Amino acid sequence: MADISLRVNGSERKLSVSPDTPLLWVLRDSLEMTGTKFGCGAGLCGACTVHVDGAAVRSCSTPASQVAGKNVTTIEGLSANGLHELQKAWIAEDVPQCGYCQPGQIMTAAALLAKNPHPSDDDITKAMTGNICRCGTYDRIRRAIQRAASTGGGR
Amino acid sequence: MSPLSRREFISAGVAAGAGLVIGFYLPHGSSGKNNGSFEPNAYLRITPDDKVTVVLARSEMGQGVRTALPMILAEELEVELNQITIEQAGASRLYGDQTTGGSASVRTTWDPMRKAGAAAREMLISAAALDWGVPRSECTAEKGSIVHAKSNRKQSYGQLALRAATLSVPSDPPLKIAKDYKLVGTRVPRLDTESKVTGKAQFGIDFRLPNMKYAMLARCTICGGKVGSFDDKEARNVPGVTYVGKVSDAAIAVVADSVWGAMEGKRLLNVSWDEGPHKNLNSAAIADELKQAVSKKGVALYAAGDVSKVNGRRVEAVYELPFMAHAPMEPGNCTAQFQGSRCELWAPTQVPQDVRDSVATAIGLDPDQVKVNVTLMGGGFGRRLEHDYAVEAALVSKAVNAPVKVIWSREDDMRCSTYRPASYHKLSAVLDGQGWPAAFSHTIVTPSINAQKGTTLDGGVDPDMKDETALVYSFPNALLQWVQTETPVPLGWMRSVYALQTAFANECFLDELARAAGKDPLDYRLHLLSKDEDINFFDATWKTARMRGVLQLAAEKANWSKPLPPGRYRGIACYGCFSTYAAEVVEISMENNEPRVHRVVAAIDCGQVVNPNILEQQIQGGVIYGLTNALRARITIDKGQVVQGNFDDYPPIRMAEAPVVEAYFVQSTDAPSGAGEPPVPPLGPALCNAIFAATKKRIRSLPVLA
Repeated sequence: MADISLRVNGSERKLSVSPDTPLLWVLRDSLEMTGTKFGCGAGLCGACTVHVDGAAVRSCSTPASQVAGKNVTTIEGLSANGLHELQKAWIAEDVPQCGYCQPGQIMTAAALLAKNPHPSDDDITKAMTGNICRCGTYDRIRRAIQRAASTGGGR
Repeated sequence: MSPLSRREFISAGVAAGAGLVIGFYLPHGSSGKNNGSFEPNAYLRITPDDKVTVVLARSEMGQGVRTALPMILAEELEVELNQITIEQAGASRLYGDQTTGGSASVRTTWDPMRKAGAAAREMLISAAALDWGVPRSECTAEKGSIVHAKSNRKQSYGQLALRAATLSVPSDPPLKIAKDYKLVGTRVPRLDTESKVTGKAQFGIDFRLPNMKYAMLARCTICGGKVGSFDDKEARNVPGVTYVGKVSDAAIAVVADSVWGAMEGKRLLNVSWDEGPHKNLNSAAIADELKQAVSKKGVALYAAGDVSKVNGRRVEAVYELPFMAHAPMEPGNCTAQFQGSRCELWAPTQVPQDVRDSVATAIGLDPDQVKVNVTLMGGGFGRRLEHDYAVEAALVSKAVNAPVKVIWSREDDMRCSTYRPASYHKLSAVLDGQGWPAAFSHTIVTPSINAQKGTTLDGGVDPDMKDETALVYSFPNALLQWVQTETPVPLGWMRSVYALQTAFANECFLDELARAAGKDPLDYRLHLLSKDEDINFFDATWKTARMRGVLQLAAEKANWSKPLPPGRYRGIACYGCFSTYAAEVVEISMENNEPRVHRVVAAIDCGQVVNPNILEQQIQGGVIYGLTNALRARITIDKGQVVQGNFDDYPPIRMAEAPVVEAYFVQSTDAPSGAGEPPVPPLGPALCNAIFAATKKRIRSLPVLA
């Protein structure tokens, strides 16, 4: 076991966990933040996507020791005030079906828009293709990202 | 009416001061065979605080029942959708069959939901009329109130609830007609969207109890294998691991204070498996067995005329499909709290009552001592019609005498699942002088899901085949038969079940016949559907006119009659299942000898559409699911076990491969039929027919990218 400190959604958190514990389980079990989902455990589906210092990472494959001292943002903290433009766009396009993969989809899209506020269709495809949705919501995800980009979601 | 009469519901409501409580009634089960046995299924509750609560006895797995079902009720009740609160029913004896499957949620609750809403509305009108001393006919129900326009008086449903609860329930309340619908048929946003984009929606895997432990299980992945011996020394040394023990013949549980501890413990467990009788089973042998069985005598599913008496130009083809896995995004899980004489579960399940009963059997309790709460599900697709996760959770909770959440890894989900059965199809047709099929026969060779699970087959026919293998063309001579085989590979109901295999074979073969006849594949199909006819298939009546309708709609929207730009090709297919008609046009190009799907135009006739927004989701989702199935969903068996383990070797369609999906539906006031599954089957054959158009190569076995 090791003591690890990190900032999650702006709050300092100190934990005592085995250092190889994936960030996913730190978030879900230790911090009881279950918006970040377990899908494959192997970095293949993107359901566990969070931001570490602003970059989208697969929390299921990121050991806690690697995020010590870093800033982690999860779906719960994506927007400090109300809904993020992407969340609003997701609602406007009524994207989710089962909804399980959507926090990961939104976190990936948020990292994209932060870097590239006006992504082309190809940019969206490249950024999003690591995230699997078994309900097949891809059409609406694409539209929601375009909508958020047009309303300044990348700013 | 058992076990609780309507009168008892209502008096119970009054006694508790709960206001107006109405039980409404569903035919037991989704198949027609139990028609006539009506049981209360869910409740409408209106309380004096103007709260309207609908208890849903169907599970939400993404298909939108938590929006669509309340809409049906709200329409008749004359309340705004946002006035309704939803309560999810757990397993109960008060409801009929609570199974969520068979694309049945809307079609089986349509009438009872409308009647429940209408009965309540009529009672509320009566209550107001009595209170005001005016004729009922002068009172109207509007947006959660009864209004008497003449005297400009108004009372809310909440104000009227207690009085209404003392009135008798009309057995046959007047129902609105389609042209008066204000809500049904409109594109209403889903009620659960915000919770799903903020991470607040709580799925089964998110549920937590105080002092809960986490368990991962090491299961024998060889069909029919068992635990031989195991060494748990290293597993027990993992920090946080509190228990390691066998919980069934084929599984060992590792329990820890954290999921990661349980995962690590499982990884370090050394198990020697007793491999059992199927340790050498492999996919090639299974395919060969199916092939050999085709000459056995089958059971006829459909027959017209006599195919054996027709001679002429014969066309034959064989189609083969592999096992497939559901792979919902949320891996299997269940939380259980065993407490001596009772056990409570929080289960993402499509079958709460089966969960209750199998858990009771597994841990030696009476079903009434088992309480099952139904959680949200991260996809179902039929996988959660099984109750394995719940039984495991109960067994482990009992073993450690603490609340336990069992979580499956993705590899567990891939290798210890139940699978869409592999199948072999032999098709044969005799063409007349003009190239039309004078005889059409199709022999389906596949094991029975229901028989493997212990159901006795009525007349030798798997009950699911009645809904999922229909032949909706009018052939003068036709024979559709099924040769039943057996397999030790665990079988399950996967989205559209037998319809996927049957449609693939039928609709690719129809394309072959059209080509052999030198005719356009759309025209060929339309010709076979040109006369308005009823085709009876078991309990269902299929209408050629409705199939023609969806084909024409899809073809028109896809501009079938206009040439495509160079390099683009298209294919068409149609199919009927779960009382719904669907047709799809798939447009592709070929890149490096692989199809790239650009656009899918889907047309569906599922009767009255409750919510076009949700129907469009189901169509888009069904197309993408069908595309994964067709392109590369293949579960292979080697050394008695599933080879694939995760999304790298069982890769679902991702955004880069996802086509634009256009969803259209026939405007209809017929009773609603299934929507979740019917969009899936036409995709595979339409895709393979497009590949033929592009390459002149016929794909006769799935997956395409083998």
